[in-house]
Amino acid sequence: MRTLRFLLQKEFRQIFRNKSLLPLIFFMPVVQLLVLPLAADYEVKNIHITIVDRDHSTYSQKLVSKIGASGYFRLTDYTMGFDEAFKDMEDDRSDLILEIPPGFERNLVRENQQSLFIAVNAINGVKANLGGAYLNRIIADYNKDICLEWIQTSKFNPSPSIEVTQSNWFNPSMNYRFYMVPGILALLVTMIGAYLCSLNIVREKEVGTIEQINVTPVQKYQFLLGKLIPFWVIGMAIFTIGLFGIAWPVYGIVPAGNLLLLYGYLSVYLVGILGLGLLISTYADTQQQAMSVAFFFMMIFILMSGLFTPIDSMPRWAYIIARSSPVTYFIEVMRMIVLKGNSFEHIWRHFLIMAGFAVCLNGWAIVNYRKTN
Amino acid sequence: MSIIHCQLSTINCQLSIINYIKMIVLNNIIKTYDKGETKAVNNVSFEVGKGELFGLIGPDGAGKTTIFRILTTLLLPDSGTAYVNGFDVVKDYRVIRASVGYMPGRFSLYPDLSVEENLRFFATMFNTGIRENYDLIKDIYTQLEPFKERRAGKLSGGMKQKLALCCALIHRPAVLFLDEPTTGVDVVSRKEFWEMLKRLKEQGITILVSTPYMDEAMLCERIVLIQSGKILSVDTPSTIIGQYPERLFAVRSDNMGRLLSDLRNIEIVKSCHAFGGYHHIAFVDRIAFAGQANFADEKENPQNALLHALENENHRNIEIREITPTIEDCFIRLMGNHYQPTANGFT
Repeated sequence: MRTLRFLLQKEFRQIFRNKSLLPLIFFMPVVQLLVLPLAADYEVKNIHITIVDRDHSTYSQKLVSKIGASGYFRLTDYTMGFDEAFKDMEDDRSDLILEIPPGFERNLVRENQQSLFIAVNAINGVKANLGGAYLNRIIADYNKDICLEWIQTSKFNPSPSIEVTQSNWFNPSMNYRFYMVPGILALLVTMIGAYLCSLNIVREKEVGTIEQINVTPVQKYQFLLGKLIPFWVIGMAIFTIGLFGIAWPVYGIVPAGNLLLLYGYLSVYLVGILGLGLLISTYADTQQQAMSVAFFFMMIFILMSGLFTPIDSMPRWAYIIARSSPVTYFIEVMRMIVLKGNSFEHIWRHFLIMAGFAVCLNGWAIVNYRKTN
Repeated sequence: MSIIHCQLSTINCQLSIINYIKMIVLNNIIKTYDKGETKAVNNVSFEVGKGELFGLIGPDGAGKTTIFRILTTLLLPDSGTAYVNGFDVVKDYRVIRASVGYMPGRFSLYPDLSVEENLRFFATMFNTGIRENYDLIKDIYTQLEPFKERRAGKLSGGMKQKLALCCALIHRPAVLFLDEPTTGVDVVSRKEFWEMLKRLKEQGITILVSTPYMDEAMLCERIVLIQSGKILSVDTPSTIIGQYPERLFAVRSDNMGRLLSDLRNIEIVKSCHAFGGYHHIAFVDRIAFAGQANFADEKENPQNALLHALENENHRNIEIREITPTIEDCFIRLMGNHYQPTANGFT
């Protein structure tokens, strides 16, 4: 116990004396939590649209002002000819082109139908998809308005229609930040934990101090625990700062579930992810190697964690990879507890899986860490 | 090939047969790197007695560090057995780690911890405290005391070595392994360092020290000369020098560069090596010993013959004098015929 206490004391001293590391540990998560959720926005706004109006009627004016009023679109240009509009798109100034044909109002009144033309710039897939959908929706809405205006509501012949209303559970206002912030917080804890932990041991290898430690009677598990515990504490601290310092006051995210349960899961998760860091460090000889390997895993874990894209819609092989990453489970649990307020009975399976990760990764690290070559 | 026999044959031997306890034993140790392509240590065997100051002398890449790492249980030998303090380095590594002190060639203390913190940390790692063994490091630590708040990384080279020595000694090890402790340290600090080692030896600590500096070999009680992973000779420095079979002469003149090539062309010169301000030469056996026998005969004196030969080559201010060989001379000679397995190390 005394040995471990001194190992921890030494480790904390070194961390707190590192003038560049300490601000990084605490400053980076704060800044990232402030910046990333605002940038990683799922709602597409500022879709640039060019409208080709060949009609110049009251109806076409109405449509244009309706599009403008939606708040999603920004009118780049309002022209007479399609060629000019197409040039806008070629120059990347416009994402959508809406063409209103000549005689739009007349034909609509006389023949009860008229078609519009929408051209979508599909280079940015998300923007194109959503922009097109938004525009369709606005036009449909517009169509309905006209119907109400023109067709006398007949008592005998009501047009059958299904009206859909929806309500969003667990996130009533569909605020995407509620969805993103817990996920990003999970990622930050993961990155700090895995990187710092793996770099730390490798640094001892590079400086040569591990040589000196290896000739002492210190046991392997003592040494590794001495590395794991400090970063576990730092991980907990970062999470707390992120949750109560940023997520709560800035984004108004109050965990709906039990805080104790959340921290309980975090503590198991941290052991697992730090175990990964330890494992990497037992294989790497230089900080550069450790960094590259850790980066490789982090990239896969982050992009396949379900933070950005739902893992259920991934192809089978990708789904399996995503399911074998600890980050996926943590983000899931974060959302389950913070947004949904799930209790232990809903996440005990996640607990078991994470405990499995923790045991395997740390066990592997202990076996692979050799004091003798 | 008994060590005891060897001890008896040397006058300088300070160890009696009765007290001779083997603290370090190596039997036919072989260690290869790169899947057997590089032989770092090739069939090395030697023994170190209790309380000995034993030197491992050899150039860079001779395999000194590999031997140290095997003995300190950081490296497993490919074959052969080694014992430290009576314990097997492979099986009883735990016991060995608790009872030896190791100072690697590279400074390997925590640069961001202070002098005192480093010392306390390593004391704790060995389950002891500074106070328990303070008497052992007192001499050295008092020199460090004024800087005890300073970070180890900010110390001067000599101070770093002293701190490293303190940290290696803090648990009162039975055997102390010092891997090139004086490399990169100034002359004064080097001298001090060897003084410290002598005092530690008096406390009964067995010390195995390696160095690439031949002049430091004379400060050890016994040395092993090692080259390319092979042992050239194991003995006391004076015995090794005493076994030098040739008379050695130092030669200098105004033009040392040309002198070296000229000397090598003169037929009565058997070998010639550059040594700082002088070239060390040996004459071919016939001439050398003829000269010794008939010293009165001026004509037969090899020094005069050489002087004439050099004057014919237009050398000025020629100086030739007979010298006692140094360890370096012995080393270079042994290197030349190290393929003979038991050079001349054992009588």
